[in-house]
Amino acid sequence: MINAATKPALLMALLGLAACAQPAPPPAAPVVDPYANTGGGAVFQGNVAGGNLGSEATPEHFRSQVGDTVLFAADQTTLDADARAILARQAQWLNSHGSFQAVIQGHAEETGTREYNLALGARRASAVQEYLVAEGVSPGRIRTLSFGKERPAETCSDESCWSRNRRAVTVVSEAGPGA
Amino acid sequence: MFRRLILASTFLTAASAAVMAPVAPAHAQDEPLRIEITDGVIEPMSIAIPAFHGDEEIAAKVRQVVAEDLTGTGLFSEIPAEAQVARPGSFAEPVSYEDWRAVDAEALVTAEVRQMGENISVRFRLFNVVSGQPQGDGMQFDARAGDWRRAAHKIADQVYARLTGERPYFDSRVAFVQETGPKNARIKRIGVMDYDGKNTLWMTNGASLVLAPRFSPDGTKILYTSYDSGFPQIRLLDVATVTSRALTQDGQAMSFSPSFGPKGQSIVYSREQGGNTDIWLMEPNTGAGRPLTNAPSIETSPSFSPDGQRIVFESDRSGSPQLYIMGVDGGEPVRISFGDGRYGSPAWSPKGDMIAFTKQVGDRFHIGVMRTDGSGEKMLTESFLDEGPTWAPNGRVVMFTRVTPGGNGQPRLHSVDITGRNMRPMNLDFAASDPSWGPLMQ
Repeated sequence: MINAATKPALLMALLGLAACAQPAPPPAAPVVDPYANTGGGAVFQGNVAGGNLGSEATPEHFRSQVGDTVLFAADQTTLDADARAILARQAQWLNSHGSFQAVIQGHAEETGTREYNLALGARRASAVQEYLVAEGVSPGRIRTLSFGKERPAETCSDESCWSRNRRAVTVVSEAGPGA
Repeated sequence: MFRRLILASTFLTAASAAVMAPVAPAHAQDEPLRIEITDGVIEPMSIAIPAFHGDEEIAAKVRQVVAEDLTGTGLFSEIPAEAQVARPGSFAEPVSYEDWRAVDAEALVTAEVRQMGENISVRFRLFNVVSGQPQGDGMQFDARAGDWRRAAHKIADQVYARLTGERPYFDSRVAFVQETGPKNARIKRIGVMDYDGKNTLWMTNGASLVLAPRFSPDGTKILYTSYDSGFPQIRLLDVATVTSRALTQDGQAMSFSPSFGPKGQSIVYSREQGGNTDIWLMEPNTGAGRPLTNAPSIETSPSFSPDGQRIVFESDRSGSPQLYIMGVDGGEPVRISFGDGRYGSPAWSPKGDMIAFTKQVGDRFHIGVMRTDGSGEKMLTESFLDEGPTWAPNGRVVMFTRVTPGGNGQPRLHSVDITGRNMRPMNLDFAASDPSWGPLMQ
């Protein structure tokens, strides 16, 4: 639990970190930061449960900081170590932001038939879903679908693009009223 | 001697069959002209299609379409107009076989097109120049003037059928997906066009991603996959009214790859749940579905046999995608593809004798055909990416999607006959994919 006194400082630290990832960061206001000597990453390691916490509780943060995409080998649906590390972060974020739901979009490269690639993308999305559920995310918060080869991330026709199109993308959104 | 047909969609009551002057009497008992669609190297049959009689403007347009239909098959070569010296003065006048033999014509088509207000009447005859006699009866088609292209296709269909012994296919339509926009954000909409790419009608507006339309056996409906709910589900579209309704709406399962059974009473499709895709069967009127396969592998792209008794589909249960056939009630499937490579999107021929498919070998794609027991496999095409064959209603030609590589790559529809000859890009001014060839129109 974060007490009222430390919260503004934490927020400032978060804002400062977020600014590092963006071009032309605005000059940071000088603050008295109790975490100044613990390393910037330390603020993320606690289980900061409890919903909205500044810019961390946004789809943009999830996409750019947590990592929304895992990649697969050709025609494969198994999760390698890199993918599992990203999914562990996704699960942690989802477990910390209970008001968000996730849709996992499975994708395939352009080679292969349209129908098979739809099924293959669904397998990939499902592999991601299973991992997140095993990490404690409620199944009811996750839906899956496949775009097959309909929505490539990269458009060239060689392995450099195909390797980035064989993917599953987790898209988070805040649950609406009644959801 | 003279049969009269009225195009169903353009019923007329006022037209009357003309009294035909007798044609020149037959003076030989030779075999009828016949060109076979076989594997052997063929010489196209030489055919003369002199200027049609009647109202000049419409007659010229109809003649042009008849000529394009016939020469577009690769089976016929047209005698150039400048070589023709024997055009009779009227449709009723007897033809001079000797004059047509002199320019090496083997077959001769004569016709007359009359326009009467909003309607046209088209009469034609086919002659065997070699034997010097008519080949079949003359025929008359009555239609609305706006349907002149259909009347032309009907003439060409008669000529094709009489000279090949095959069922015709020119008076038919193709459903397809038009593709616009960049490769990573394609806008797709379903259209219906004549088999030759003319008279396009749009069935969806591009607001939702749509995939793989499939005509019903009678050509009045189209099944397709739509993302309009955000998740892939199957919709049923009425072509005449351009209205559609959802056939599947399961929030926990993805449904896609639908196709009709031969009587239109059953739909086979792929249903995905928990990452596993199986083949399901549905009655479109009740919406009730049941699984035909139950395997942890991917089962997709089902296609009915024309007798409705069997279903060919794609499965990776052996470790790579291959083709299998099962009964309409499911049961143990029989694998029919055993060549190198990966097989997909099988389509059962309307003749029942062959299955067309997509095959990937290494980094090349082919459209191929094989008999239903897997024998006689033959590749018809090769490119960076060919896929999704659909059969002409007579089972002699397939249309498919060819995609060019790269960031600016585009899909184009092509057709090829089952001998692998005469591959032609469709003459369209837009990119298109996922063709579904509908039935011969009545």
